[in-house]
Amino acid sequence: MNKILIVAEHNGSQLNPSTAKCVTCARGIPDASITVVVFASDPIEVAKAAATITGVSQVLTVTHLAHAHPIAALIAPQLATLAKEFTHIFGPSTTFGKDLMPRTAALLNAPQLSDIMLVESATRFKRPIYAGNAITTVEVAAEIQLVATVRTASFEAAPSNHNSAPIESVNSTASLPSHTRFIGTSAARNGRPDLQTAARVISGGRALGSAENFNILYSLADQLGAAIGASRAAVDAGYAPSDMQVGQTGKIISPELYMAFGISGAIQHLTGIKDARTIVAINKDADAPIFEIADFGLVGDLFQIIPELKLLLKTAQ
Amino acid sequence: MKRILVSIKRVVDYNVRVRVKPDHTGVMTDGVKMSMNPFDEIALEEALRLKEQGFAEEVLVVSIGTADCQQQLRTALAMGADRAIHIQTDADIEPLTAAKVLLTLIDREQPMLAILGKQAIDDDCNQTGQMLAALWDRPQATFASKVEISGDTARVTREVDAGLETLEIDLPAVITTDLRLNEPRYVKLPDIMKAKKKPLDILELTSLGISINTQLKSVLFEPPAQRIKGVMLKNPQELVDALRRKGLV
Ligand SMILES: Cc1cc2nc3c(=O)[nH]c(=O)nc-3n(C[C@H](O)[C@H](O)[C@H](O)COP(=O)(O)OP(=O)(O)OC[C@H]3O[C@@H](n4cnc5c(N)ncnc54)[C@H](O)[C@@H]3O)c2cc1C
Repeated sequence: MNKILIVAEHNGSQLNPSTAKCVTCARGIPDASITVVVFASDPIEVAKAAATITGVSQVLTVTHLAHAHPIAALIAPQLATLAKEFTHIFGPSTTFGKDLMPRTAALLNAPQLSDIMLVESATRFKRPIYAGNAITTVEVAAEIQLVATVRTASFEAAPSNHNSAPIESVNSTASLPSHTRFIGTSAARNGRPDLQTAARVISGGRALGSAENFNILYSLADQLGAAIGASRAAVDAGYAPSDMQVGQTGKIISPELYMAFGISGAIQHLTGIKDARTIVAINKDADAPIFEIADFGLVGDLFQIIPELKLLLKTAQ
Repeated sequence: MKRILVSIKRVVDYNVRVRVKPDHTGVMTDGVKMSMNPFDEIALEEALRLKEQGFAEEVLVVSIGTADCQQQLRTALAMGADRAIHIQTDADIEPLTAAKVLLTLIDREQPMLAILGKQAIDDDCNQTGQMLAALWDRPQATFASKVEISGDTARVTREVDAGLETLEIDLPAVITTDLRLNEPRYVKLPDIMKAKKKPLDILELTSLGISINTQLKSVLFEPPAQRIKGVMLKNPQELVDALRRKGLV
């Protein structure tokens, strides 16, 4: 019997879809029971949402004011205590999970498997290495407790159902360290869809040339209801905020439609979009590597093409 | 002495297109260009800047691996690190083991700060810094894009999925670097000469009393599923038509 514990990711009121993707990953392990744990200052809404995910048999809540913002140094000791009786401890391969899970693994003296993309059995998994240039199959001995992050782009979110798993509040006995204090966040949410879950993503590269020029992408994105992404070169140059970066060291995404404008297609960028259903590349260089993986390519100047696309899409609607 | 410890990993250079060996036992690394992990270079640059600003007196670099790692340690010394330690081993080292090794050095060297790259671009694990912070029982500020030290605390801006987050942490602590923390300096030729005289100590990993049995075994390596090159279209009209046929717009 495999007992899997999944750490819920949420923003205080809403469960992040990464949690339901971790559940899908966990359901790939045979003969398993799945528990989700929510650390929050007020976990009830999030816990209710987690309890309806198909495959979840129990939800645990740990309530503490200090969990208003997720701080790995505070959550890890409690997660490690709860994790003792579980065989697998999973979290999403988002910045939340990447920060928290290794800290937890070390407290458990357990190894961590990062970025599970495929489950073969309870002890055999696939994960990408070298920016996705190779896929390795990893085996772990059955008696070893395994901590892992789940590559969210590789799994669909498990659906919600009408049944609700029992929700149980657990008291946290661990004394929380005071050495790490949350100061603030600056989130550039602007009413657009979230890059990691959007069905359509419009991305811009160095070719945009300025933050101002990015506005033409925004207006195309708004017309399509798309989220905005960017290459590292565009982010480094200050044309777009860092949370828009797509790639090996940014976000790994799997939208239905990805449109890259003025992005050359460096391997580190392609790592982030390989799971997109349809990739469109617009680049003035016919030899740009991005065309090698694009389903549809168009050679030309993006500053001419975008206005034309906007017009064509308008008349089409 | 106020000291910053930086760990350095020798990895396949980021410009190399890595290929899987035909027999699926690994990736081809023979004759391939090797470099300092780019994130570690950023970690070292940050440590050097903090020292230059007077927050630290010594920058110590550490690398775990085969004798070849000394090349990257020499580069680090040429960039401006004061001292290097090479932990010699031919074994594959998992992040948890690396963290345990670094902890023994921390016990010895008592740094005020350990700065690590957020991930190594070979195994892409993104674990060692967090594991080290846990074992050391100290704060961690991962994916840093800005570090400000004042007295015994640091304010660190972190690149998180939702934007930027700022944490205040008590020192000593572990910081892991993101790409936009700084731009590493270039090494100048005279510095390479000078670096040859800087101290580089070699320790056998086995002498540290840490077990190195691998718990996660990579049993098979495969190339990723390839996307097939699609079609080139002539104009925006054709593109819109193609997208419409697929129901994407
Ligand atoms: C450790 C490491 C990690 C990295 N991680 C990432 C990552 O996560 N994400 C990422 O994106 N990159 C990452 N990179 C950087 C990556 O190697 C590339 O440098 C980067 O992706 C290039 O961005 P770009 O395509 O926008 O710029 P460029 O490579 O400069 O490409 C610009 C393209 O725009 C085209 N162009 C110019 N003008 C026009 C025009 N008017 N109309 C149409 N096309 C035009 C050009 O033909 C060119 O192909 C990483 C690098 C390293 C070393």
